[in-house]
Amino acid sequence: MRHIISVVLENETGALSRVSGLFSQRGFNIESLTVAQTNDPSLSRMTIVSSGDDRVLEQIVKQLNKLIEVVKVSDLTSQDHIERDLMLVKISPTKKDNFDLKQLVDVFSCKIVDVTDKTYTIEISGKTKKINAFLDAFDPASILEVSRTGVTGISRGKKLI
Amino acid sequence: MKLNGAEILIDCLQQEGVKHIFGYPGGATLHIYDALEAQEEIIHVLVRHEQGAAHAADGYARTSGKPGVVLVTSGPGITNAVTGIATANMDSIPMVVISGQVPSPLIGNDAFQEVDAVGITRSCVKHNFLVKDISEVAITVKKAFHIATTGRPGPVVIDIPKDVTINQMELEEYPETVKMRSYKPTTKASNRQIKKAAELIANSQRPILYSGGGSVIGNASKELREFTRLLGFPITQTLMGLGAYPGTDELSIGMLGMHGTYEANMAMHDSDCVVAIGARFDDRITGNLAKFCPSAKFIHIDIDPSQISKNVVADIPIVGQTKQVLQALIEELKDEKLADISKWWSQINTWREVDSLAYRKKSGVIKPQTVIEVLYEVTKGEAIVTSDVGQHQMWAAQYYLFDEPRRWINSGGLGTMGFGLPAAMGAKIAMPDKDVVCVTGEGSIQMMLQELSTMLQYKTPVKIVNLNNRYLGMVRQWQEFFYEKRYAMSYMDALPDFVKLAESYGHLGILVENEADLKPALVEALKQKDRTVFVDIITDPNENVFPMIPAGGAHCDMLLAGRDDMISKDETDFNAV
Ligand SMILES: Cc1cc2nc3c(=O)[nH]c(=O)nc-3n(C[C@H](O)[C@H](O)[C@H](O)COP(=O)(O)OP(=O)(O)OC[C@H]3O[C@@H](n4cnc5c(N)ncnc54)[C@H](O)[C@@H]3O)c2cc1C
Ligand SMILES: Cc1ncc(C[n+]2csc(CCOP(=O)(O)OP(=O)(O)O)c2C)c(N)n1
Ligand SMILES: [Mg+2]
Repeated sequence: MRHIISVVLENETGALSRVSGLFSQRGFNIESLTVAQTNDPSLSRMTIVSSGDDRVLEQIVKQLNKLIEVVKVSDLTSQDHIERDLMLVKISPTKKDNFDLKQLVDVFSCKIVDVTDKTYTIEISGKTKKINAFLDAFDPASILEVSRTGVTGISRGKKLI
Repeated sequence: MKLNGAEILIDCLQQEGVKHIFGYPGGATLHIYDALEAQEEIIHVLVRHEQGAAHAADGYARTSGKPGVVLVTSGPGITNAVTGIATANMDSIPMVVISGQVPSPLIGNDAFQEVDAVGITRSCVKHNFLVKDISEVAITVKKAFHIATTGRPGPVVIDIPKDVTINQMELEEYPETVKMRSYKPTTKASNRQIKKAAELIANSQRPILYSGGGSVIGNASKELREFTRLLGFPITQTLMGLGAYPGTDELSIGMLGMHGTYEANMAMHDSDCVVAIGARFDDRITGNLAKFCPSAKFIHIDIDPSQISKNVVADIPIVGQTKQVLQALIEELKDEKLADISKWWSQINTWREVDSLAYRKKSGVIKPQTVIEVLYEVTKGEAIVTSDVGQHQMWAAQYYLFDEPRRWINSGGLGTMGFGLPAAMGAKIAMPDKDVVCVTGEGSIQMMLQELSTMLQYKTPVKIVNLNNRYLGMVRQWQEFFYEKRYAMSYMDALPDFVKLAESYGHLGILVENEADLKPALVEALKQKDRTVFVDIITDPNENVFPMIPAGGAHCDMLLAGRDDMISKDETDFNAV
């Protein structure tokens, strides 16, 4: 099963490699990992998407907690939450893409952020599924380049991590 | 008063109460050595190889309970120490390793003797630090000792660039305590869990206590004795737990696991309630997980939540210190009426009658088991015994009954050949009044021989008992059982004359080839209070360690001595020595 794990950790050099090292050392998989500083500049927040059964997830959470620099770990998937993935994609539509790009962009409520005579660069954010659906709408040959941030997430309501 | 970073570092170590450092100098640590030389509080032991420094500090920590301290230079200094650090990490031993680093401006430049010490050690330490500024020296040392010694102990590396040791600043007061928002080792166990555990314990019909290294590390020996005697339950101990409960006591049914006793493994297999006390269900214990303790409920006491339900799902997990949890359980159970387990004991006693450690003597050869029995007799069971890794390690664990914790010092988790000799030196430095014996094999001893020189210099008289079977015996045993006796690379050819070798290092050497000479030789060795004595004992090259659970087997699938026909080929695991 897919899990979204939020990790709050000391914003120190090396903290990221401790987390990624832990995943490779113990054979846990990483689908995506994003990290950035929080409103408190001494802390970073990391969102990791991983998969595994309950026992694996339990180990992932416990092993993360064991890292000296980790302050908090929470499995977002087990609670009501919001998740977003951001993608920038460069497209050069082919004949097979016989739809109006402007309309498609409206349907997916995303934005064209750059245009050349041959390419469009589009910014889209949302759940991973939505972004995948957007890509699926195109002929694979028309997708020139994709850059995604991976999932970031936060719990719904008043509850904090 | 202005001090340089090296002087501040040494000041911090003094304030931490460090009495001994095991180390080896080099370019990146010259300032630190200069500061060490200018003081007398801390004794520096100059080893002959950095791996030896780490093992010696480890042996020092295991015997004394105090953190071992290591000082090595950058590059090859720290890489040489890695095996020793990993060894300590696997067995949860508190240790602080200080490594020199190239000057900060050169880091990342492939500078002379530069390695990424933090990167290389990351996966085999509890934590590590790179000190970036002289102002961080004191707080880093404080944090390092705090982390190494609390919660589940382990090694911590502090990497210090040379310029940090040279720069100067005003000496500030060494912090008395340290608070880290990201590190709060759990200590207080949940009352509810204690109550649930007590209820299960009181009602179990076939209970067994399974105690491990956590009872030794957590100094819970007294509580373990009280708890076990209060309940009258059978107790088995892991290789790492031996001595926390006295091995000679009636309730002790010996070690469990791959080379555990018949009664311990059978009792595990048939138990309805296994109480794991500071033990981590290692694969050498569980064998085939699918067949492990089929009818048991598990209570698991451990300070490290990640150990609980890692290999075996705990029915009642208790996160806490062995000492405190056992105290709480004693309180809870002391007026409780327990189920009658006399039938269980009579079952266990019939298993005991199998006498699984019995072995047959052969005239003309010295049996390794006999050597350990005689050693036990000669030292009255009171020596600190360190060991290397192999068959000799198992025989020492099986035939030397430890009645006190911190007397049996060996590398269990990593299984590091070469551990025994430097660990014995460290143990002797920590406990100068105790007899320290290193039980080793001709293979293992050659991995850290150079420390014989350190032992002369620092006058650490240790008795080396070399079970010389001319084989990498543990490897040979697996090849005999599981590779149709194809003895690939397990024969030790061109062995040195160990007596002469010991003598050339300034020690005493004794060769024992006949059983009649065995006891007199050991008596003589132990009489030599001020000298290291190397007793080279020519033992039966073909002896095997029994009982043995072949990898993949269940606890009731043991091979016993003289019953080699029990081996079933498809139950072997080809990568486990
Ligand atoms: C050749 C060879 C053969 C071996 N054969 C066997 C064998 O037959 N039988 C056997 O038992 N072992 C054997 N071993 C050793 C084995 O590999 C493991 O090292 C050992 O079984 C682990 O022991 P343990 O479970 O007590 O855990 P340890 O490694 O000692 O770990 C201690 C546990 O206690 C916890 N802990 C630490 N401090 C505290 C505290 N204060 N309070 C609460 N919990 C705490 C830790 O978190 C950890 O989970 C063998 C090793 C070798 C090299
Ligand atoms: C550093 C290291 N290398 C290899 C091994 C694998 N190994 C385990 S036991 C053993 C043989 C040890 O031989 P010896 O010290 O003579 O002891 P014996 O088994 O003969 O008693 C080997 C090679 C190990 N444990 N450690
Ligand atoms: Mg040998």
